[in-house]
Amino acid sequence: MDCRVKPGNDVPQCVWRNMKHDTFIRHLLLIVAPLIAAFAILPGVYDNHLLLFNFVIFLILAQGVNIIYGFTGYLPFGYVGFFGAGAYGFAIMVMHFQTPAPLAVLVAGVVGVLLGLLLTPLLRLSGAYFAIANLAAALAVLHFVANPALESITKGPYGVALNGTFNPTLAYVGAVIILALTLGIVVFLRNSSFGMALQAVREDAVSAAMAGVNVVKMRVIAWLASALVAGLAGGVFAWYVSVFYPDNVFSSDFSIFAIVFALFGGVATIMGPIVGVVILYGIYNLIGFTTPQYFQLIYGVLIMALVLFLPAGLVSLATRRGWNVP
Amino acid sequence: MSPDAKPILTVNGLVKRFGGFHALDGLSFHVSSGEILGLVGPNGSGKTTAINVISGLYAPDGGTLTYDGASIGGMASHKLVHRGINRTFQIPKPFLSLTVRQNVEVALAYGRAEVAPPALSDLLEQYHLAELADRPAADLNSSQQKMLDLVRALATRPRLLLLDELAAGLNPTELDWIAGHIKALAQSGLAIIVVEHLMGFIEQITDRVIVMNAGKEIFEGTLAVAVKVPQVIEVFLGGEHGA
Repeated sequence: MDCRVKPGNDVPQCVWRNMKHDTFIRHLLLIVAPLIAAFAILPGVYDNHLLLFNFVIFLILAQGVNIIYGFTGYLPFGYVGFFGAGAYGFAIMVMHFQTPAPLAVLVAGVVGVLLGLLLTPLLRLSGAYFAIANLAAALAVLHFVANPALESITKGPYGVALNGTFNPTLAYVGAVIILALTLGIVVFLRNSSFGMALQAVREDAVSAAMAGVNVVKMRVIAWLASALVAGLAGGVFAWYVSVFYPDNVFSSDFSIFAIVFALFGGVATIMGPIVGVVILYGIYNLIGFTTPQYFQLIYGVLIMALVLFLPAGLVSLATRRGWNVP
Repeated sequence: MSPDAKPILTVNGLVKRFGGFHALDGLSFHVSSGEILGLVGPNGSGKTTAINVISGLYAPDGGTLTYDGASIGGMASHKLVHRGINRTFQIPKPFLSLTVRQNVEVALAYGRAEVAPPALSDLLEQYHLAELADRPAADLNSSQQKMLDLVRALATRPRLLLLDELAAGLNPTELDWIAGHIKALAQSGLAIIVVEHLMGFIEQITDRVIVMNAGKEIFEGTLAVAVKVPQVIEVFLGGEHGA
C-alpha cells in the first residue's frame, strides 16, 4: 500500500493501519513482563499456591471480560459458560481419550471458541438483552453438562475426578502462560488500529461502518477471542483442581467477579482489570481471613461506593486528569 | 462548473417501506461527478431515507441503485465506503470516547481509500479541529461534531458524498465558510448530494435540485425555477397558495 509521507503530514499513512510498535513493546516490557515474572516467582516465596492460582485465573477472566466488554460494549453475564465448557472439554478429553493435560487445555480453548461460535447470534442483541441472553445461555450449558442422562460422557451432576493428570505445579505454569497470552491480546487491542476500530464500533456501530469498519466481523472476532481465553482458563482450572462438580465450574461467581474486577479497575485499558483484581480480590481474601463475619458487608459497601463515585473505574481517577493510562 | 455527462449515481424507481408506510415510493434521480445536487422537500418527504438507503443503512424494497456502473442496492455500508460513498449525519455521530484524532484515524485505517487519503493534520486544520485533536469527541459542540463527521467521511476519500443537514445550526459566518468548502470539494471532482432545509444555503451551493414529496421527486432543475412551479409551492406552503 501507499506509505509515502505526504507534504504537511508528519507520519506515513500506513502507520495508522499498523501497530503503534513503540508503545506496544513498552506495554509488554513494563506491564506484562513484570506481572508474569511476579507470578512465576511468587510460588517460591508464598505458600498458599491455591490463592496464587486463583489470582491468575481471575486476572485471565477479568481481561477476557475486558476484551469483550471494554472493547465492544457487550456485558457477558454468562461469561462463566465458556469457562465451564472449557473445564468439561478438558475433563472429557482426559477421561475418554487419555489426552495429555497440556493438549487437553488447548482443546478446552477450542471448546470455548466453538461455544462462542454457537452463541454469535446473541451479538444481534444489545445492552441488557444481550446480558440476559448470555446468562441464560450459560445456564443452558450448565444444565446440559449436568444432565444425568449424559452421565457416561460428562458424569452428569456427580462431578469428575481426574486423578491421572493431577499436577498443580504444571497447571500453575499453564495458567501463567495463558495469562501472558491474554495480556498479549489486550496489549494488541490497546495499541492497534484493530482495537481502536473495536472501540469505534462500541461507541457507534453505524458511524464505524461509515469509517469502513466491518462491524459484524470485528464483533465476532472480539467475542471469540474472549471465549478462547475463558475456555483455556476453564481447562487449566480443571487441570489444577482435578475434582469438581458442574456447579463449581459454572458458578455465576466467576462471571460476577470477573465483571466486577474489570469494572472496578476500568475497562478498555491494560492496567484497569489488573488493578481491579489485585485490589478487590486481595481485599476479598484479606477480609475472608481476618474478619469473615463482616465480609459481605465490607465488600458490598466497597462495590456500591465504586458504582456511585467511580463508574468508569479506578483508572478514571487518572484519565480525568488527562493522564494516559495504558 | 459543468458536471460530467455520465452520472456516477443513478437512482431508479427506489422504494423503501416501513410497515405500510412508503417512505420512498419510486424515487428517481441521478448525480454526476463534480456536481452538487440538492434534495429538498417538506419534513417526511423521504430525503433522509433516500440518503440512508444510498449509504447502505437500509436495504431498498424496490428499484435500482447504480453507482459507478455497478448495482449497489442492499450492499453493506462498509463495502459502499470502500467503493467511495460516504456521508454525514443529521445528528452527528462521532465516537464520543475517542479523541478527535482517533475518530479520523479509524476512517484512515479502515476506509481503504483507493488514492492516498488526505493528510490527517491538513483535514483537521481545514475544518478547524486541529486545536481539539487530542480532546475526546464528547467535548466538541454540535457544529464541531458535524465537522468531525465530515472529516471522517473525507478521510475515506469518497467520490460520492451525502450531506444530511450539515448546515443546520451553523451561524451565518460558518455557513459561508462551509459553503466554500463544499464547492471546493465538488470542484475537485466529488459528486455531492445535499439534504437541507435552508433554502439560501441550497441556492448558494447547488447546481440543481430535486424537490421531493411523499417519497418521490416532483421537480428537477434549478432552485430559481423550482420556486415558481405551482406544484412545488403547493407542497411547501399548502394548497391555497398554489393557485
